[in-house]
Amino acid sequence: MAHSRNPIDLSLQQQAAPREAYPWNETPIVPPDSISGRALVAVIAIMTFLACITTGAVMLMYASAADWQSEIAREVTIQVRPAGKGDVEAEVQKAAEIARSFPGIAEVRPYTKEQSASLLEPWLGSGLAIEDLPVPRVVVLKLTADAIPDLAGLRKLLSERVSGASLDDHRGFVDRMRAMANSAVAAGLLILILMLAATVLSVTFATKGAMAANRPIVEVLHLIGAKDGFIAGEFQRHFLKLGIKGGAIGGGAAMALFGLVGLTGGWLAGTAGGDQFAALFGTFSIGWQGYAALAAQILLIAAVTAGASRHTVNQTLASV
Amino acid sequence: MVRFENVGLRYGMGPEVLRDLTFSIEPRSFQFLTGPSGAGKTSLLRLLFLSIRPTRGLITLFGHDVARLSKDAFATLRRRIGVVFQDFRLLDHMTTYENVALPFRVQGRDEDSYRNEVIELLQWVGLGDKLSALPPVLSGGEKQRAAIARAVIARPQLLLADEPTGNVDPELAQRLLRLFIELHKSGTSIVIATHDVALMDQFDAPRLVLDEGRMRQYRFVHDYD
Repeated sequence: MAHSRNPIDLSLQQQAAPREAYPWNETPIVPPDSISGRALVAVIAIMTFLACITTGAVMLMYASAADWQSEIAREVTIQVRPAGKGDVEAEVQKAAEIARSFPGIAEVRPYTKEQSASLLEPWLGSGLAIEDLPVPRVVVLKLTADAIPDLAGLRKLLSERVSGASLDDHRGFVDRMRAMANSAVAAGLLILILMLAATVLSVTFATKGAMAANRPIVEVLHLIGAKDGFIAGEFQRHFLKLGIKGGAIGGGAAMALFGLVGLTGGWLAGTAGGDQFAALFGTFSIGWQGYAALAAQILLIAAVTAGASRHTVNQTLASV
Repeated sequence: MVRFENVGLRYGMGPEVLRDLTFSIEPRSFQFLTGPSGAGKTSLLRLLFLSIRPTRGLITLFGHDVARLSKDAFATLRRRIGVVFQDFRLLDHMTTYENVALPFRVQGRDEDSYRNEVIELLQWVGLGDKLSALPPVLSGGEKQRAAIARAVIARPQLLLADEPTGNVDPELAQRLLRLFIELHKSGTSIVIATHDVALMDQFDAPRLVLDEGRMRQYRFVHDYD
């Protein structure tokens, strides 16, 4: 076989400089339309909305329970049970006098016979002849705001001087209400964790799909010396944008809902409907702390989205 | 620069596709890698650009034993190797400029530091008026030149080309060969995998011949006869 050893013409045509603007690096390395963005944004928006509603509801419930507790904790009740043929009315007045002179008691209100009967009306009907029944008489005490009275001492004094008297500080009810509020918080946290888990799973699934769809691009990146961290960062940037978008939509909708319901409650205040509304839901105003918590949730969801996608990319690349 | 010692490669539980490879690639060298279809040329190239690991033997690349390298170290070494494929492997959603600039972007360099360099190289390979063009509108020859530009923009010490003229006409194949020779003159070691005898006849360079997974290395072209 003959071989040519002649010099090779290496001339190449040189092109003129382009007349248009130069195309600088603007294109994302991972094409945005290769990722099922709309569906994932919708999922994240729904999860964020539900998480924010849960958080707001828990905050409202906790605030209402705290208000109730503080109101109930400022009241104690003396019960005077009729004892044989003694004059219960005199015993009630004696108990009231003892309470009035006891330090830490701001107000003493003995219930009259008629008022005591009206308390039992929901159960026993109206027109009740209370003298025929051994129904305890009630004296309601309001405590001062600044001092905690010695309730044990008052209880002892009443039991010594007033026949058939007992003191109820509603401790059991307060404890049950506190337990209920704490349970609501725990349930809310659990729901939040479940929603975050669902978000992580959705993002993981979407990321794996995105990586499969962009496998040729990932191979080229590896060939030109891209480190796994760089590749993960390219995907993470995409999913962070999707997370922020979905979080903003869902969180914004939740904030708008709370704002609207809060305004509605304000407009209805003083009306019969407004009173019923307030009785059921309280003021339905989550305050600036509530809105700050919802904003923090939006950021949390976005961060979880970005973190989940980066973790998934790293795991996938590690197995390559 | 590159040394193979008793390297073997098998895929899964199948027979070895490469057996007892022992050879070296010297700095500033130029060689063709040839052999019949199925001889293992592409597999050997994949070992050279660290896409796969050998099942036995020792590969030393730029003084590093590849068996002891971490993933990040692999990435760092790959930046010293340029690769050109028969199917170009350009990213269709990015412009020609962005494709060629990609190695710098991956390294995290600021665009102002390399913009002129990329434009000069594209002009040198004859794509100066195609900076904004997307790969799908380029001809086969233009795509191959863009791929070569991307492979050499970061001044690799070793350039691997897998059938670079497989999808172009003979005249363009000649021009591409001239391009490789010019790159070799600037100090890059070149390995061109091809079964195009006419191409190899145009340039006096050693030929690494693969046959059924084994290699015969020739110092001079006429030894091939």
